Amino acid sequence: MTVPLIETRGLGMRFGGVQAVRDVNFTLGERELRCLIGPNGAGKSTFFKMLTGQLKPTSGVVLVRGVDVTDAEPHEIARRGVGIKTQVPSVFDGLTVRENLWLATARMHRGAQAQRAVETMLERVGLSAIASRVVGQLAHGQRQWVELGVVLSTNPDLVLLDEPAAGMTDQEVLRTVELVRDINKTKALIVVEHDMQFIRMIASKVTVFNQGAVLMEDDVEAIMHSPIVRDVYLGKKAAA
Amino acid sequence: MNARALNVLGLALVAVVGIAVLFLTPRLFDLDVLLNITVYMIMAVLALSLALIWGFGGILCFGQSAFFGLGAYTYAIAMINIGESTAPLILAIIIPAAFAALLGYFMFYGRISDVYLGVITLTVTLILFNSINSTAGPEFHIGSAKLGGFNGIPGIPSLNVPFFKDWQIDLEGMFYLSTASLILTYFGLRALLASRFGRTIVGIRENDRRAQLLGYDPRAYKLATFTIGAALAGYAGCLFANWGSFVSPTIFGLAQSAQIIIWVIVGGRGTLIGPILGCVGIQWLTAALGANAPSGAAGWQALLGNVPLILGAILIAFVLLVPKGLVPTIGGLESVLFRPRTGASR
Repeated sequence: MTVPLIETRGLGMRFGGVQAVRDVNFTLGERELRCLIGPNGAGKSTFFKMLTGQLKPTSGVVLVRGVDVTDAEPHEIARRGVGIKTQVPSVFDGLTVRENLWLATARMHRGAQAQRAVETMLERVGLSAIASRVVGQLAHGQRQWVELGVVLSTNPDLVLLDEPAAGMTDQEVLRTVELVRDINKTKALIVVEHDMQFIRMIASKVTVFNQGAVLMEDDVEAIMHSPIVRDVYLGKKAAA
Repeated sequence: MNARALNVLGLALVAVVGIAVLFLTPRLFDLDVLLNITVYMIMAVLALSLALIWGFGGILCFGQSAFFGLGAYTYAIAMINIGESTAPLILAIIIPAAFAALLGYFMFYGRISDVYLGVITLTVTLILFNSINSTAGPEFHIGSAKLGGFNGIPGIPSLNVPFFKDWQIDLEGMFYLSTASLILTYFGLRALLASRFGRTIVGIRENDRRAQLLGYDPRAYKLATFTIGAALAGYAGCLFANWGSFVSPTIFGLAQSAQIIIWVIVGGRGTLIGPILGCVGIQWLTAALGANAPSGAAGWQALLGNVPLILGAILIAFVLLVPKGLVPTIGGLESVLFRPRTGASR
């Protein structure tokens, strides 16, 4: 049996009296694409934080290619090929777009090679025209692209995207869908997203979180037609 | 004019001014003025050490004087024992750096938050102040060097040309050494900040969580920055001990610690030239005000002669009115006045 790219066993996180995540057994293979959905507070972001070492789980383990990284520091997990785009863009606000991408690239590439990689990535995420602008002065949508570029510049094997389409225009959402498909040719992705249209467009397998636990795992059509999922998530959303 | 051309122009300007100061000052001024300028240069090296740690590394260090004082005391003690200045000079750099590495290890790897870093570093320098202050008795000595407590250590032999004990550096030589040290420190730090390491520490200052998620270990980078800054401060301390042939515990005191921070705030965090200008300007002002207020002065004269009061007022004025400091504010005006307004993209 092949070793999964990332695996969690009995993963749990308790904040004081609140069990934010409980007993999550999750497996993702190389170059697999998975969507995570679930109502607010279902534990998706906490789950991402545990996968990237930003939070230490109170129970269970996280394995990256079979290596236990439960107690590893975030930078150690990043070096194992896990990159994350957070919900609120986390970028270097005081630096230019080009400098942002350079910092992400420079950990692996040196000198002219790094410069080339930066220019290629600017092109790929469509930021060449604003490469010299300071990121803190850009619009929210543009900052999202900067962060995507930063994450991809580290050339991770697994990309975690926390609500990549949030705050984007319809056109930008379409570009994001294309980019996700493109990334998925060489890398695995886990995408947290509320927008079911988006999930249908990238047509992946879906894991549904509810109250900190995995409720269901199936392909997108089955999830959309599941009465249980409708009850906890889509039903509420449709009513809202 | 693009950013790169401005950058080169700025560097060239600093080089020209620096070399002019280095060669013209001794020809234009008497020795007593030269002595004053020498101490400005030494303190500017100290200001640069905090400019690196705080301005670029984002580490709020309230106790930069601890490393400065350690450098001065190390040089004094080693020099009195050894008598030839090569080893004392090296020790005056290594001991503060090693002390910072140890202290920094516990602070950065112990995940102490920014505010507490300030509190801890301030406390450390005050502990050093109190410890050294209470070593007045003859029983406190290291080798043949008496620590002297609040009386300090007088009569510190001056630096000699490395390995040539008899070629001592005189007062004019100290001016050249201090000014050259400042110029080299400035350009050395510019090179450091342009390097991969320098760009990374600025990234960590901007967003250390993001840097971490990209695979950088912020703790290691902060520790390295803190240690380099301490080594520089130690070197400045060594020059200072030479300048007056004297050190006393006030070097570790609150007034000294606060001054360094004021230089950096006034000059501008995130620049190197700012803290140099802030340091020289404020010291010049302090000296000018002090000279104008003879003892027993009353009224306005006494008020203007009250240096701590004036320094406090300057600090408050800058924090409230020019929070970025002089140089970044002037730089901002330049771009508003001279750069044509362009659209979102160029």
